[in-house]
Amino acid sequence: MRSGPGNSARLSPAHIGPAHIGPAHIGPAHIGPAHIGPARVGAGVLHAEWTKLRTVPSTAWLLVGIVGLTAVAGALADAAAKCPASGCGLDPARVSLTGTYLGQAVVAILAVVAISDEYGTGMIRTTLAAVPRRGAMLAAKAANVSAVVLLAGAAAVLASWLAGWLILPGHGFTAAAGYASLSLTDGPMLRAVAGTVLYLALVGLLSLGIATAVREPAAAIGSVLGLLYVVPIIAAVVGSPSWHRHLEQFAPMTAGLAIQDTTGLAAAPISPWAGLGVLAGWAAAGLLAGSVALTRRDA
Amino acid sequence: MSIGPVRTSVMRAPVMRTAFWPILHAEWTKFRTVRGWVVGMVLAALVTAGIALLNHSSCGGTVVPGGKVIAGVGCTAPIGPGGEAVTDSFYFVHQPMTADGSITARLTALTSPAGQDGVGLQPWAKGGLIIKASTRPGSAYAAVMLTGGHGVRMQYDFTADIDGNVAAGARVVPHWLRLTRAGDAITGYESANGTQWTKIGTAVLAGLPRTVQAGMFATSPPGSVQVGSQSIAGSSAGAGMALATARFTDVSLRSGPLAGPVAIGTVATSTVATSTGAAGRWSGTAVGGLTTGEGFRQAGGAVSVTGTGDIAPDVPASPGAAGGTPAEQTLEGTFGGLIAVIIVAVMFMTAEYRRNLLRVTFSAAPRRGAVLAAKALVIGTVTFVAGLAGAATAIPAGEALLRSNGNFILPIGLLTQVRLVAGTAALLAVTAVLGVALGAVLRLGAAAITAIVMTMVLPYFFAGQLALLPASAADWLLRVTPAAAFAVQQTIPQYPQVAASYTAANGYFPLAPWAGFAVLCGYAAAALVLAVVLVRRRDA
Repeated sequence: MRSGPGNSARLSPAHIGPAHIGPAHIGPAHIGPAHIGPARVGAGVLHAEWTKLRTVPSTAWLLVGIVGLTAVAGALADAAAKCPASGCGLDPARVSLTGTYLGQAVVAILAVVAISDEYGTGMIRTTLAAVPRRGAMLAAKAANVSAVVLLAGAAAVLASWLAGWLILPGHGFTAAAGYASLSLTDGPMLRAVAGTVLYLALVGLLSLGIATAVREPAAAIGSVLGLLYVVPIIAAVVGSPSWHRHLEQFAPMTAGLAIQDTTGLAAAPISPWAGLGVLAGWAAAGLLAGSVALTRRDA
Repeated sequence: MSIGPVRTSVMRAPVMRTAFWPILHAEWTKFRTVRGWVVGMVLAALVTAGIALLNHSSCGGTVVPGGKVIAGVGCTAPIGPGGEAVTDSFYFVHQPMTADGSITARLTALTSPAGQDGVGLQPWAKGGLIIKASTRPGSAYAAVMLTGGHGVRMQYDFTADIDGNVAAGARVVPHWLRLTRAGDAITGYESANGTQWTKIGTAVLAGLPRTVQAGMFATSPPGSVQVGSQSIAGSSAGAGMALATARFTDVSLRSGPLAGPVAIGTVATSTVATSTGAAGRWSGTAVGGLTTGEGFRQAGGAVSVTGTGDIAPDVPASPGAAGGTPAEQTLEGTFGGLIAVIIVAVMFMTAEYRRNLLRVTFSAAPRRGAVLAAKALVIGTVTFVAGLAGAATAIPAGEALLRSNGNFILPIGLLTQVRLVAGTAALLAVTAVLGVALGAVLRLGAAAITAIVMTMVLPYFFAGQLALLPASAADWLLRVTPAAAFAVQQTIPQYPQVAASYTAANGYFPLAPWAGFAVLCGYAAAALVLAVVLVRRRDA
């Protein structure tokens, strides 16, 4: 049973008829509590989802994309940033982590593809036949997506930080100009770097939730990117400063990226951890919507 | 694999070389029968229009010297002869001049008055001679002047600016200036010695009244004090008011036609005498409202004029802006509509791969290039119509809302309005074509959508709203990415004679409207060609 989903990943949709799924091997009877304990079910589901994620060729490319895009965009922003002695109002953590704005889009693709590819190929019917507890399946996907995004995100963010650490002091971001060192032993900088890794994972979870609810990958990725990028653009024109502030506190990207603030904290619309909390709320809501849709709906 | 050989050997029969029309009709049928796509397009129009109703800007106020903010003052601007909002504020020492005539004076100094803390003589501080239809702000005028940092110039009717013959920065004072009127034509001259005159330019001010006001003026735009990096509608940037003082001697005002033609470079007219006769009749007017420090003094043959403000088009990004709102601020919903358009357009293509419909499509219509062209045409046309509906609703609705909150919409010409609406619709339509093309190239909907959003929305976000990149990098992004197309929504042009921060954050794009739009068209065309090549080569 554990190898079931892994094997059928290689089957084309045409082969997955009810006859195949039904009787002997992958029946609900197999998974009944009498045979296998809940812990083993969990591990099996987790392993099955891991196998699927690992063996889809796009996953590796997307992970490379997350690291590459984030680090390269960050380094370019570092190179472009110039801070004269009179000050420039720029936050060195924000500048070096500029690539997050791009990397998160690739994270979103990874998370969306993890679920909607199954709908596209019809694989989802096999998966759910093997794992009738649909919530468990989604939780296993969420765990796997989080794990790979945390790893790739850590690499991406550390590379970005390193580029900033090497480049920015030469561009005027020095202690003499009033900037804290970019060293990771500096509390706010460490929080910005670690928090950005968490930010990327939360974006992945939000995307997974939305994609589960929407199923169609194009609609899912469009909704995620619209939510991330367009809400702040629209927030800028609401005119009323208090509305603007509320929207910045509420929009997943602007709130979540508050975790990167190391300067001007007093004037920020939302404090770093509260901001990341808002994004976590969005991710939880997305996953909840996804799991409700998943359990209520025909696959 | 199965399609390739069949297509070349059998399907190339003349019967199967179907006309374009049935293919187009088939694609249209596909589009209109998928409910989600139609709903998506309607949504795109609604979002484009609806976001305008979220704009709750109210006109902020103006900062007066000392940092006090007067709420609601200055939320309007005079309208110039060309129909644009203008700044028309200066100190004017004038006399009526009837019919043809000329005014000549020797400008001895242009300075910033002592005690003006922190703000020196501004590069666009102005002092010189002006002939103006009346003292009403916004009325037609022509002027010759010395500027703080841009040499001698002739300007007229707010938008026209002619460089004189003195290089900027050269030490020119004392310098002779002259304006002559002949009918509707006003010609500006300058001279270093009062005998050798050089023509700067001629302004034709149609409908100039028979009696005009002629005289001396001085004014200075505020020194720019940048407050924050974001421009929020309704709030004008903080500004340090600046004054400029111009000193004149040998002022002569002659009514009636000039005695004989003015031969450039050689002939002098009388430069003395009449000034004493005219001296008693000068009156001073603070055009655009009196500000502390403005005024004029006359001692013997010398006149000194001190003024503040500017005689120039109203530029929203300038420190002296009146706080008007550009019309394109009602179109911020384009970004929301764009997302819906991209989703529908990409799915219009990738759904064929996802549902394996493409094999059927290509066996029915073996001319694969024609299929792609039909798809592009259908999605482009549908999107253009949706975009037109969205933009044509957003602008009046958004403007009505802004006006009801006391805002002042910067007036634009009819052609600019048409460009704003049609350009927005065309931007959405060409993006949709890019979506179909990229969908065919990448085949993965999620990848195609992300690529388009990251190259269209993200550069705008980086350049326009996120203060992480320096202005030069932001401009570069808006030149080379498809996001350059948003330049088509810029309604207020840049004026070299107004110092302002012409940045993307303030709504100024580095490329001209149609040039920016052409960048997007270039990307869409390249993607479409690539798509046709790949789809012909590849298995369906």
